[in-house]
Amino acid sequence: MVSSVANARARLVAGSRGRLLNGTLFALIAIALVILATKVATNGPAYFIQIVVYGLANGSIFALIALGYTMVYGIVELINFAHGDVFTLGGFISLWLLPIFGVTEGGTVTGAGLILPLLAILVISMILCAVVNVTIERVAYRPLRHAPRLTPLITAVGMSFVLEGIMFLWRGPFNLHYPNVLPATSIELGGANGPAIGFKDVAVIVIAVVLMVALTLFVERTKLGKAMRATAQDRDAAELMGIDINRTIAATFFIGALLAGAGGMIFGLYYNTITFDQGFTAGLVAFTAAVFGGIGNIQGAALGGLVIGMIQSLSDGYFDTAWTQVLIFAILVLVLVFRPTGILGMRVPEK
Amino acid sequence: MNILRSVRKIWETDPRVDPNPLVYAILGVAAILYPVWAQASTGGQGDFLISVVADAGVYILLAIGLNVVVGFAGLLDLGYAAFFAIGAYTYAFLASDHLVVTPLQQAIHLPFWIVLFVGLFVAAAFGLILGAPTLRLRGDYLAIVTLGFGEIVPRVFKNLSVWTSGVNGISALDKPVLPVWLNGPWSGDPLEVVQNFKIVSPMAFYVVMVLLLAVCVVLVNNLRRSRVGRAWMAVREDEVAAAAMGVNTVRIKLMAFAIGAAFSGFAGSFYGAKLSLVSPENFGFTVSITILVMIVLGGMGNIPGVIIGSLLVYWVTFLFLPALPPLAEEWATNIGLGALVPTNGDWPGIGQEMQRLKFLIFGAILVFTMLLRPQGLIPSRVRQQELRKGVQEDMTIEDVNAETTA
Repeated sequence: MVSSVANARARLVAGSRGRLLNGTLFALIAIALVILATKVATNGPAYFIQIVVYGLANGSIFALIALGYTMVYGIVELINFAHGDVFTLGGFISLWLLPIFGVTEGGTVTGAGLILPLLAILVISMILCAVVNVTIERVAYRPLRHAPRLTPLITAVGMSFVLEGIMFLWRGPFNLHYPNVLPATSIELGGANGPAIGFKDVAVIVIAVVLMVALTLFVERTKLGKAMRATAQDRDAAELMGIDINRTIAATFFIGALLAGAGGMIFGLYYNTITFDQGFTAGLVAFTAAVFGGIGNIQGAALGGLVIGMIQSLSDGYFDTAWTQVLIFAILVLVLVFRPTGILGMRVPEK
Repeated sequence: MNILRSVRKIWETDPRVDPNPLVYAILGVAAILYPVWAQASTGGQGDFLISVVADAGVYILLAIGLNVVVGFAGLLDLGYAAFFAIGAYTYAFLASDHLVVTPLQQAIHLPFWIVLFVGLFVAAAFGLILGAPTLRLRGDYLAIVTLGFGEIVPRVFKNLSVWTSGVNGISALDKPVLPVWLNGPWSGDPLEVVQNFKIVSPMAFYVVMVLLLAVCVVLVNNLRRSRVGRAWMAVREDEVAAAAMGVNTVRIKLMAFAIGAAFSGFAGSFYGAKLSLVSPENFGFTVSITILVMIVLGGMGNIPGVIIGSLLVYWVTFLFLPALPPLAEEWATNIGLGALVPTNGDWPGIGQEMQRLKFLIFGAILVFTMLLRPQGLIPSRVRQQELRKGVQEDMTIEDVNAETTA
């Protein structure tokens, strides 16, 4: 009797606390939107459309990285810190492959002739990244599957440093120029002063969307995808049903890295510059996106990536670039504090 | 994998006696003899050697503090450098002329000892603010929140240039003043007691650092044995069971978090005073990870292990690796590979190449300690049990029978 009263009181306190937290969150969002609206109004619609296009392209790349985070977290509950560096690796590998396939800036191969070599490079980079990620899983995470949870987290940070170290040794500490091979054509909306949607923007968004749709279909339609979902839900039960857990987890790392590797190449083609340590910040931002969408939730990660990319683009465009990252990490902290399940809710329940 | 397992087996055979008293004795004697040795081996020019160890002392302080959070309470804090930055900037604001050039237009010069504790409380307050809402979350979410916080703080210090001079940092901070100091042959003066002694010599910093460390070690060891310390360990091992035993888990975790932050703020203030300069570049993610490596390598949860780990990692990152490029160039020239030294096309020269190894070595240390010796060099004996049990979680009934009958 006493305990039930105590329970009721606890629920009441928790409820009012939850409402208070949600109220604060909504107030914060409302303030941000009002400030943004005034800024948008003063700068005109053309600028706004331009920013939104950048945001979409930006967000597609983040979404590709975020998917890997969310899948791995969903299945082994590990934040794979090395994932951001696998993304960078995709950029580095494709940068190395470009001249091999005869694709150079201002080179002889142009126009439609570019499609085949670029696709080949994309596929090879994706597969190499995936192999690296599976190796990392095999070496650094699998032996620790039954260790305390901090242990694999620390090896993940270590693996991230190892990958950065390898790329550092390979190409040095500087910003590397990534050949600008995509055609610079753009569609101008509303005359010369209107916003322009570049071929690059469209290409980035299209590739990202195709890959994400393929992933969703794979996870929802194939046997291996089903095995993944089962393993994420209850590993022991899945094992009893005859699912090879090790193979399923390795497959998850493989697929996550495929997307990250593609993201790395797209990033290079879009921004024309890559650095050995860009994966750290990009990875964190993408992880923010995954958390934002509800970690373990594939659609959530894609949506979260787009939202975070948009926020970054809006902040860069309307406020101060120096504060953008502060804003994104603040969002990360706030989302975790106010709504740890993310906007779409996470699939992994609290223990 | 079999090789890995056999190497791990060799590593895991530990001495049967508790090594901690021995390590404390060695550390104590070494702390006293070190300055004598430094001066003798360099013919009285040992200031640099002594100063380096005083700097390492700041990292030992940080590692002891992070050990409370990670080693005792089992919470992963990946943004520990943020509190370090907060402590250092607190010192910079309260003990320098800097505030004159800020909108405040009025310099504040508080005494070193007071600011040391102000830094401690400010950092602890930030720890509470950050910890209170997030410690309810599951473990790795806390890691991410702290990581985010660790990324935010240096950027805020960098961007708020009106107050902090941005990337240039704040320089010419006040030198600490000791109420009483004994001058003597070690500082090249006649033997006398000095009052209001301004600490400028590395030797004085060294002495203050060693004393502070001794106090902290005693304090933390007492904490570990206290009711709170036992509660931390209970929470670390099994949060649900700890809660069932009447431990207020949120409060106890918050306490560990705030105490860890306090240590970091304290170390930050000392660091600011020692270096007389603070800059946002000194508090990045690498610093947080360095400190984590220190305690992981030394032995999470065990103070002597943490101290040894800090000294080792400090030596590797701040002395060995920077000294490696010229060393490698010398070796290469000596064994007839002189061609490797100069820059040549894509090859940046062996010196530069060695410098680039830093990340790789760092990461490799983290991964291999976790794989081969997750308990660290001088492990905590309690924690070791936990790790061993954790690894054998999926024991079969035969295994359990074999273990009980053996």
